[in-house]
Amino acid sequence: MAKRTTVEPLLWILFSAGGVVAALVIPVLLFLFGLAFPLGWLSLPSHAHMLAVLGHPLSRITIFVSCTLLLFHWAHRFRFTLYDGFQIKHLNGLIVIVSYGAVLVGTVAAGYIVWQLP
Amino acid sequence: MSGQPTHTPFHPRWYRPRVSTWWWLKRRSSLAFILREVSSIFVAWFVVFFLLLVAAVGRGEAAYQEFVRWAAHPGSVLVNLVSLFFVVFHAVTWFNLAPQAMVVRMRGKRVPGKLIAASNYGAWVVTSLLMAWIILAGSR
Repeated sequence: MAKRTTVEPLLWILFSAGGVVAALVIPVLLFLFGLAFPLGWLSLPSHAHMLAVLGHPLSRITIFVSCTLLLFHWAHRFRFTLYDGFQIKHLNGLIVIVSYGAVLVGTVAAGYIVWQLP
Repeated sequence: MSGQPTHTPFHPRWYRPRVSTWWWLKRRSSLAFILREVSSIFVAWFVVFFLLLVAAVGRGEAAYQEFVRWAAHPGSVLVNLVSLFFVVFHAVTWFNLAPQAMVVRMRGKRVPGKLIAASNYGAWVVTSLLMAWIILAGSR
């Protein structure tokens, strides 16, 4: 059998890494910033504290890498949901381009946002 | 499929039953599979939500307060509540699957799956507590 190199294993690794990040960090952050702080269950951290936490070089790198991995995780599952779940097979090429295009846009946005933090 | 069956000469006839678009509603396990796939949309939503927060913090105190006010709108709260449900569902199923994905050997013996799942849950608890502690250290 001829050996073919595909990008699929790499995409799967990125999907998997994103899945780990999603499972470990999203629940606590979504609980705090999506529910607990807006609804006043817990008192909101000061702006200076948030700026110090998010602006730390290690945080900036972590946020950038995590966002990229999470987007790769989304893209992988999203395109297979459309492919297997909803049987949209004839548009596969377009779906792949749109999914990974969105990953690229999100990665650039994440990089810009963490870079411009004061 | 209606009409006459078509034949391919010198080739067995194709047997391709039509699969319904809603095939995943027929079994609990396939419904769970699709719900897990759908959870990825809420992962993408979290990326957008979190980056909006980071951008707001970067723009200053007023923008940060404005972001929290926006997040307190019933619509935002509802979206985040649904997202939290899906993300927790993703996390639990992901950690339960970990023993199948990670084969760890120690001194030539395979580490039991329960131990691997437990260590994943442990990592989840430690990470969550650590992040909450760092963030809440700045609460007024």
